[in-house]
Amino acid sequence: MTFTIPSFHLSSIGPWLTLTVTAILILVLDALSPKGRKVCFSWLALAGLAVAAFQTIGLWGSTGTDFARMVYIDDFANFFYLIFILGAALTVLISRQYLEDYGKNMGEYYALIIFATVGMMLMAAGSHLIMIFLGLEIMSIAVYVLAGLFREDLRSNEAALKYLILGSFSSAFLLFGMAMLYGASGGTLFLNDLPLRLGADPAMAPLVLLGVGLLIVGFGFKVAAAPFHMWTPDVYEGAPTSVTAFMAVAVKAAAFAAFARVFFLAFPAIKVDWNMVLWVLAVATMTIGNVAAISQTNIKRMLAYSSIAHAGYLLMAMVAANQLGAMSLLYYLLAYTLMNLGAFGVVILVGRKKDSYLNIYDYSGLGAAHPVLAASMALFMFALAGIPPTAGFVGKFYIFSAAIQAGYIWLAIIGVMNSLVSVFYYLRITVLMYMKPAEADLGPVVFSPALTAVVALTAAGVLAIGIFPGCLYNLAMNAVKIFPGL
Amino acid sequence: MLINYVPILIFTVVAIGLVAVIVVLSELLGKKKHFPSKDMPYECGMDPIGDARHRYTVRFYVIAMFFIVFDIEAIFFFPWAVVFKSLGWFGFWEMLVFIGIISVGLVYVWGKGALEWE
Repeated sequence: MTFTIPSFHLSSIGPWLTLTVTAILILVLDALSPKGRKVCFSWLALAGLAVAAFQTIGLWGSTGTDFARMVYIDDFANFFYLIFILGAALTVLISRQYLEDYGKNMGEYYALIIFATVGMMLMAAGSHLIMIFLGLEIMSIAVYVLAGLFREDLRSNEAALKYLILGSFSSAFLLFGMAMLYGASGGTLFLNDLPLRLGADPAMAPLVLLGVGLLIVGFGFKVAAAPFHMWTPDVYEGAPTSVTAFMAVAVKAAAFAAFARVFFLAFPAIKVDWNMVLWVLAVATMTIGNVAAISQTNIKRMLAYSSIAHAGYLLMAMVAANQLGAMSLLYYLLAYTLMNLGAFGVVILVGRKKDSYLNIYDYSGLGAAHPVLAASMALFMFALAGIPPTAGFVGKFYIFSAAIQAGYIWLAIIGVMNSLVSVFYYLRITVLMYMKPAEADLGPVVFSPALTAVVALTAAGVLAIGIFPGCLYNLAMNAVKIFPGL
Repeated sequence: MLINYVPILIFTVVAIGLVAVIVVLSELLGKKKHFPSKDMPYECGMDPIGDARHRYTVRFYVIAMFFIVFDIEAIFFFPWAVVFKSLGWFGFWEMLVFIGIISVGLVYVWGKGALEWE
């Protein structure tokens, strides 16, 4: 037997390699450093992420595939790399003080965050369904562990177990869908080959539909779309707040990256079939998320339902399935990363030692006690609600215009009405902060430099890309040129 | 094309049918005589000692996971060894990287004291 090893360039997966090496280095250092000695893992992690970001920028503009067509090199992947790196870096920054309060500032935490980021990159760049599945598993397994980081906390245990069991189910659905497509296509899982091969044999049409349906279940779980959203509130509430932030932004972004790439590249020919399913999912997700968020008094649960609602808006962009829709997906996920991580930064700050104050009424009187903190929280809430001049408004504007451009007027109307509902619970926080007196003295807020920096950076970012979206619009528009079927 | 799958359908029907026949027949024809030593759980022919629902120390799980990791490493070694020559130096270095990453796992558990059995 002879094998020829296909030619490849390690530089085309440079960011993955850097992050893998960083995570392994952190693990080794953590194991070898004597007990009780502080090693600055967070700085190491940030350094690795910074190098990966530079490599990504170096890859910008290059197109093609590598590693025997297993990996796409294009700006769509690069754009998502930057979203993941940004999400991971901000998560690392908000984690340190928070974990130290719990006595959990361990190397493993940072290693797992970075391993999860590598998995996300695989998902965004995979050109073969098995690559995407591998990426999904690498990401998910790391996040399952992260959700259960606080071993002594029952709710954290519950979150990890729920996420693990339901997540395994969804992975199985996804894999089963891929198996169906493998059979229907006559033995290929390359996204490039699938459209031609799937259309070849009309007798296989039911198998194709079954496969696509199972893929929707698998991805729908990961993006927390109704009716596969049941795990979200419990897992988001029980997991450590910094992990919740990471799950809400980066995991969702990765799932949407793979979702969009697979559906826009491989199944444009049967758009009619999956479009209606996603239409229903989008409406259900938005409505359930927003309506359930109204009655929440725990801020983490409220943000969990809000993240479900945002998955609904993003599904709208998938339904639209045009250039503008794909572009708005990229823009909105970046904007969502900024505004949601900022909001979670404030939640950690206000939660004080060991998440003592997670009730929304603990925000009463924050406007008088800490005007700047309250102002940034108000800004994030406005952004999440989609009020100009924030990034959230521009993102929603793009998504709704994409839906209208594709002819889904009713979907856009339902989306706008949902936004109106969401304004209630986002603005309730603002009203509590500015118009209600503090209910009790909750003690001082400890402003650690890293957390303050995250809140300041994200607040500035939300305003900046909200007021000047043009540059990002062009970048994202170029990135989605890879979808010829749209 | 779907006609190609008919043998699988026949196979499935036969399998289910055979199992059903065996279960139903033994239920109908078999003698049902119960006595205490027959109803006892089978434990290598001895009288069972205690409940099977023990609590095991969590260290067993660590060892088990450990075993799986190196088990899988060994599984990957065999195909590699078969085509070792045609893969050449590239295959050699690639495998070294793989072993290196697994060794990091070993160093990690070792450093964390998971191998100590007080």
